[in-house]
Amino acid sequence: MNHWITAPIILPAFVAVLMIIVLRGNLALQRALAIAAGLALNGIAIALLWSATTHGTEAYFLGDWPAPFGISLVLDRLSALMVALLAALSFATLLNAIGSGWDAKGAHFHPLLQFLVMGVAGAFLTGDAFNLFVFFEVLLIASYGLMVHGSGRERTRAGFQYVAFNLVGSSLFIVALGLIYGVTGTLNLADLAAKLPSLPPGDSALIRTAAVMLILVFAIKAALVPLQFWLPGTYANAPGVVAALFAIMTKVGAYSTLRFGTLVFPPDLPATGDLLASLLLPAALVSLAVGAIGTLGATTLPRLAAFAGIASMGLAFTAIAAFTPQTTAAALYYILHSTLATAILFLVADLVTRRRAHGRLDSAAPIAQSGLLAALFLAAATAMAGLPPLSGFIGKLLILDAFRDQAPLVWTVILGASFLMILGFARAGSTLFWKPEGAAPPAIAEPFAVGAAFSLLAGLAALTLLAGPVTAWLADTATALHAPAEYINANRLGQDG
Amino acid sequence: MEALVATAIGTLTAVGLYLILQRRTFPVILGLTFLSYAVNVSLFVSGRLVTNAAPIIGTGETFADPLPQALVLTAIVISFGMTAVLMILAISGHLQAGHDRVNLGDDARKDDA
Repeated sequence: MNHWITAPIILPAFVAVLMIIVLRGNLALQRALAIAAGLALNGIAIALLWSATTHGTEAYFLGDWPAPFGISLVLDRLSALMVALLAALSFATLLNAIGSGWDAKGAHFHPLLQFLVMGVAGAFLTGDAFNLFVFFEVLLIASYGLMVHGSGRERTRAGFQYVAFNLVGSSLFIVALGLIYGVTGTLNLADLAAKLPSLPPGDSALIRTAAVMLILVFAIKAALVPLQFWLPGTYANAPGVVAALFAIMTKVGAYSTLRFGTLVFPPDLPATGDLLASLLLPAALVSLAVGAIGTLGATTLPRLAAFAGIASMGLAFTAIAAFTPQTTAAALYYILHSTLATAILFLVADLVTRRRAHGRLDSAAPIAQSGLLAALFLAAATAMAGLPPLSGFIGKLLILDAFRDQAPLVWTVILGASFLMILGFARAGSTLFWKPEGAAPPAIAEPFAVGAAFSLLAGLAALTLLAGPVTAWLADTATALHAPAEYINANRLGQDG
Repeated sequence: MEALVATAIGTLTAVGLYLILQRRTFPVILGLTFLSYAVNVSLFVSGRLVTNAAPIIGTGETFADPLPQALVLTAIVISFGMTAVLMILAISGHLQAGHDRVNLGDDARKDDA
């Protein structure tokens, strides 16, 4: 067994505990350790990505209990890709948190960030549905702490809404798992994939109910309409750097939907059929529209970023909902792009907000370093709205191309939403950076905070320049997702060791 | 017995949902607690209801499924921790805002206290 598969979960767990017990209150050492752990995680993630590409799908059996009796972690191309994305994003946000001083505004920022990384990495790697629930809770508890980091009245009250909403989601998750276990007697994803096709017809209604409940849970995480209400309030009230990191959390919902929709409830499964697609496609298109209208109507810069995030999840889910290899490949490319782009937008919003003391979109005195920030905002807006030359354009083009046969509906919504987003970003940008009058306040030098945003931008540029090889790799990934025999075989069901 | 347990789960869920829809934080927390009770019992039942049977060890015709019991234990621990976190958030929100309404952005309007 390849023991490195556990590393993205165990490394942050150890580092977080070390920070709480040994380095308590010592911010400088916590920062150094967090940077070292972030670099190590990036190295491990790249090695895992390489391993998944060259050696194929591998399973790790915790405690050497054979699947489906024990819990297995499964490293395939998709999970390796998502772990690499997590490692890169968490490192950039870590640099920003250190550079902007957010981590000094309350206790335990660094341990909470490590626990969040642990939970997200676990959710990406696990091959067991109940274990997925447990990692969801790990990442949620860490995110509750990060969300109210730095405290403040509105932030605490928005935090209450966020926690309450997610607790209802967790309850739904457990009910769905109970139904699935009651019908099939297993919660191992590969075992479910092997058993569900031969399900007796009398049980298919229960499985359909469970499938819809799971999709609801993932839609809450991914902030799909009508379950998006928590996101603008939460992300706009969270510290900017935390909101940027949360860009990966909505992708946990997207990842889980992709995993269940291709492995456990594939479109050719008699019990569910195209149930998931028929629910997800309308929700995704409406999310895209709501997000785009929200960017046009947002009153503060963080809320603008939050609605742009909802729109990008809508577009990603539009592509996911079709469940074909071509659309899945397009969705994966767009997910990579939108995670980085949303994070940049939140970082820019944070940089601007901290220079103006509030995030309202009105023309007041100029912002310190307004040239630099305007350039960053322009880049982020270009990426989010899907304009050339950045990767948002390629991602949108791939999705449009994949939906040739449903062009009248899907193309209209996507292109209309893009237009509204361009308007929204143009309005916000011109209000903030163009109209102000008077003398600019002195510049605040934050090389790390600004550098982190630029490093994410470099990621987008790389994604654009390497679009050819990346899409070819993602096409192979999507093909493997839709023919999950390799994933199932890696779990060695019914064999010893 | 199935009918009894099913009715209990249904009642707990209904009580929980009603309380979650209230606009004060404390009823919402109570509602979430009721909902987690309902969910835990329903997860427990997913291993089928068996009386007077040992899980795995022992001799007998029927066995209780031990896995849902382990799952329920995990779920109970998690929901307990989550409720504690939520309670802390509610209390600090109450102390900072001076009221315990759930909705945001209404601090100008105090008349529905």
